[in-house]
Amino acid sequence: MSVILNARGLNKAFGAVTAAKDVNAAIEQDSVVGLIGTNGAGKTTFINMITGYLKPDAGTIEYEGRDITPLPPREITRLGICRSFQIPQLYSSLSVLENMMIGLGIVLRNAGLGGYFSRRRIWQTQPVPGYGKPAEEVAEHLLARFGLADYRDRNAQVLPGGVRKLLDIALTMVAKPRVLLLDEPTSGVSAQEKFGIMQMVLDAVRAEGATVLFVEHDMEVVSRFAQRVLAFYDGRIIADAPPAIALNDPEVKRHVVGRSA
Amino acid sequence: MIRDRTPLLIGAILLALLIGGPWLPQWAMFIVTIAFAKGLVALGLMLLLRAGLVSFGQALYYCLGAYAAGALGRFLGIGDVFVQMLAGAAAAGLSAFVLGFLLAKYRGIFFGLLSLALSMILYGLLVKNEALGSTDGFNILPSTLFGIRPGPAWVRYAVLASAAVVAFGLALAVHRYLQTPLGRLAPAIKDNEIRVEYMGASARRAVHVKYVIAALLAGVGGALAATTVGHIDPEMSFWTTSGEFIFITILAGTRSVLAPFAGALLYGAIHTTAYDLSPNTWQMSLGISLLLIIVFLPEGLWSLFKSRVRHP
Repeated sequence: MSVILNARGLNKAFGAVTAAKDVNAAIEQDSVVGLIGTNGAGKTTFINMITGYLKPDAGTIEYEGRDITPLPPREITRLGICRSFQIPQLYSSLSVLENMMIGLGIVLRNAGLGGYFSRRRIWQTQPVPGYGKPAEEVAEHLLARFGLADYRDRNAQVLPGGVRKLLDIALTMVAKPRVLLLDEPTSGVSAQEKFGIMQMVLDAVRAEGATVLFVEHDMEVVSRFAQRVLAFYDGRIIADAPPAIALNDPEVKRHVVGRSA
Repeated sequence: MIRDRTPLLIGAILLALLIGGPWLPQWAMFIVTIAFAKGLVALGLMLLLRAGLVSFGQALYYCLGAYAAGALGRFLGIGDVFVQMLAGAAAAGLSAFVLGFLLAKYRGIFFGLLSLALSMILYGLLVKNEALGSTDGFNILPSTLFGIRPGPAWVRYAVLASAAVVAFGLALAVHRYLQTPLGRLAPAIKDNEIRVEYMGASARRAVHVKYVIAALLAGVGGALAATTVGHIDPEMSFWTTSGEFIFITILAGTRSVLAPFAGALLYGAIHTTAYDLSPNTWQMSLGISLLLIIVFLPEGLWSLFKSRVRHP
């Protein structure tokens, strides 16, 4: 498989705290990668650097061979790298469907479609790039995929926690991402629901053809869904291997999993 | 799908005004024309308010539009209503485009106070400028329409008709803008800018565009007010004038592009009646009206028509 995302020698410090220390990771296309580590280990910093929210002090990030390190988040999103958030970032005064339509409007506009002088009824007829269907149909399609169809007219502010998480991830899908970074997609979800939600998310995301990196604290979820694990500790990657190997690494057991070797 | 009735409503009101206008008394024509001028400024404020931004200094562009219109007559001898409105829009739009690079970075109270500061800078410059009449301002040339000067009995109607056509044309344009992806972005910017950026849009650029549109509308409104009143002075950029526009916007609500005009008309009616009944305490009557609106109609006057008209 070809490498789609390549982080080389990333370093980031916040004053005396080092959040990334010579982080190297080559992510292969169509893979599912789990990012593990204790709080403050550098997982979210890694995601923030890839998505342009933070700029590394040193090092580069390449996406399909192009250096994206200096780009702002919106340009990285336009290239096909999207993210969800640990705390869902929604448009809380709008309905679930309107949340999706805002995103689809941005996609249409970034593609040069749906401008002020557009003669078409853009929302009903203009095909959304990547989906080939009008925005309203894409929204319904994604809501159905994420099990959100019943909530389409509900205000985002009053949604239950798990549903907010799903909507946050569904919002990332409107741009048809090629790389998707999920920051703790099952946090705040009950232990019983975790596997079901993760399965639904991965089914939906993979069906749209995205490479996935997800941050997760539950090692059972990681071993079941990740093909590869990056274990972070103190800003460094201490293991980079398939789950069966990485989760049994003595250093990972000591610093991440919480069991001694 | 509910049909969008706003264009039809705009067309009907415009037609009624054009046909029935000549039968209105002169004072009513004046009040309605001023309502169009102030309604245009409030329409721009509505655009900003939908994105969560309150400008305490929109009088800056109202005044710039008025002075651009006045300068046309004073220095070039041009009194054509449409040319004045174009000049007002151009002066306000260009200034907002430049100032927008600064303003679009700020939100909340900083955006509000910075806009207020800019309008007060213009006020300060105008009161010191003798070529523009200093604190007294100056008179505007009598209005003409495509080179024709209407007879004294028809001037007010000619300006009213021009104002109605331009204001409703701009209201329709804004109505359509609100249905575009960029127009629909306003509540998203208000709710969550982080998500807007992570979906691939620039919130700052969207705010900049809205700021320029709001200024264009205010510039046209200013030019219209100048030609209607026949006189301009620096008070047009004073902070109390900006407050008046915010009053109208809150009175109107943000639900329809027609609301700012209804709000401006109601404001004019309250102001005129209150002043007539009690010249020394008219501000108190305005304050009480605003209080009642905020308490009983927090979404503005237009929420009374909520179920009848569809809005973007």
